[in-house]
Amino acid sequence: MTRTRAPFGRRPAPVTAREEHGAYVVIRCHDRFGPSPQPGQFYMLAAAERWGGGDGERPFLPRAFSVLRVAVGELQFLIEDVGPGSRRLSELGPGDDLALVGPLGNGFAPPRDDRVPILVGGGVGIAPLAIWQDELRAGGTESPGLLGFRDERHAKGAALLTHASVATDDGSVGHHGLVTELLADELDGRADDVEVYACGPPLMLEAVRAICTDWSVPAQLALESGMACGFGACFGCVVPTVDGYVRLCVDGPVLDAHKLQSALVAGAGH
Amino acid sequence: MSVDFCGIELAHPVINGSGTFDAIAAHRAFGDELFERFPFAAFVSKTVTLEPRQGNPPPRLWEVPGGLINSIGLPNKGLSGYLEHDLPFLANLPVPLIVNVMGFSRDEVAELVAAFAERPEVSALELNVSCPNVETGLVMGADPGETARLVDRVRALTDKPLIVKLTPNATDVPAVARAAEQAGADAVSLINTLKGMALDPRTGGPWLGGVTGGVSGAAVRAIALAQVHAVAQAVEIPTIGMGGVQAGRDGLDLMRAGAALVGIGTESFRDPAAGERIASELGELLANSAV
Repeated sequence: MTRTRAPFGRRPAPVTAREEHGAYVVIRCHDRFGPSPQPGQFYMLAAAERWGGGDGERPFLPRAFSVLRVAVGELQFLIEDVGPGSRRLSELGPGDDLALVGPLGNGFAPPRDDRVPILVGGGVGIAPLAIWQDELRAGGTESPGLLGFRDERHAKGAALLTHASVATDDGSVGHHGLVTELLADELDGRADDVEVYACGPPLMLEAVRAICTDWSVPAQLALESGMACGFGACFGCVVPTVDGYVRLCVDGPVLDAHKLQSALVAGAGH
Repeated sequence: MSVDFCGIELAHPVINGSGTFDAIAAHRAFGDELFERFPFAAFVSKTVTLEPRQGNPPPRLWEVPGGLINSIGLPNKGLSGYLEHDLPFLANLPVPLIVNVMGFSRDEVAELVAAFAERPEVSALELNVSCPNVETGLVMGADPGETARLVDRVRALTDKPLIVKLTPNATDVPAVARAAEQAGADAVSLINTLKGMALDPRTGGPWLGGVTGGVSGAAVRAIALAQVHAVAQAVEIPTIGMGGVQAGRDGLDLMRAGAALVGIGTESFRDPAAGERIASELGELLANSAV
């Protein structure tokens, strides 16, 4: 699958809306000059104002975010405030500009051999599954989402996908336990007919990888790793694979599970 | 705004720092627009070593106020991999190619220099001396004598301009620069990254897989300016100044301190086209001021 290539350089994208979904914020922006991304591709995001620029404060580097959803000329990103970069981004609203580079990386590939896609997401990692679900539906395929969250406040993010089954750590919404327990139920008896698409925290992805390996189910995992540039320049985002280190920004962020001995990426989820 | 650098004609004075831009990966991300708007007047490739290197274990990055610490560990395909896979692509860039090399002994560096000396695609060579000589245990670029012996060893192997990339982690950087000049270097470039460290807030142990790393970005700009100023006063050969350049204004400062060319590194991580913008800003500033 050939990737959608990014226009060269950073460009401003006016923020058109800011919507809160429990613990998450959806930032919509107007991207006049960019191509439509493929599901699973990502962007490097910064706020146009008050972001480094030599004033000696963090954030300094842009942050990598998978695209949540697209409309004509519009990109949506899902932000959770977990540090100085995501906090600054989550504060943006109409009248502010994003500075973005993208779309970058390799997105999800269609299911092999007409397998039925199952989408497994955890926390803010549900983002690329929303655009993937949209695209699969446009192609006539309904794909269920199995989504795991910490608690009720985070579980409000589940509304961003359709046909979602929810698990929460504290049992406040849906299944009390891990999303991978929902996945195991889903795979039972269907291992030959499904393909798993997953994005979420390292422990969840590793559990998905292990289950899919045990059941011989093909899986595509959208990983995260600390990233300075997003286009292969810094060599900072490498993850170990069976082929040695690969740069997640140009060879990922979506990797086939069988390329990984572990999805526990050093430094991810930090 | 074109400049002559050691006999190489450059369209403007802005180039990249070695290891801060991968033209091959950037072409995968941005396509041919990268060539149409190539942001640098010359392209300095990532360090090539004799043997392939995987690089350091992750995590490799840590953001600091105004910059970052990296511990990448010079991953590369090795000399034969570079000649076979990378050089044919880089030869087609619209700008001159400068190849950065590093060895763990003078003989290794000599082998690398000799191999590139005969390649017409290569306009100049840069020696990364921020590496210990396994025979002496000394970081080559931290000691004037080591630097002189290295440049002396390789000087006769090539007619191409030889640039020595100085390390800022040295007691007397101008003395190292003078040693390089006296041994026949055609130019010096600085600064490389400054040694730094971050601790994992959860464990209290080192965050970086390589334990320590190199600090770059706006945070090091004032240090770079002082070192470029000191080195440019110490040598007659041209100086390539870099360290925290984010705008034409920063490049002008380095040129006023004595730099002939300006290198862009970390700013390209924030905006891949930063070099193009900075060259344009610098061009306007140079047109309106006497350096």
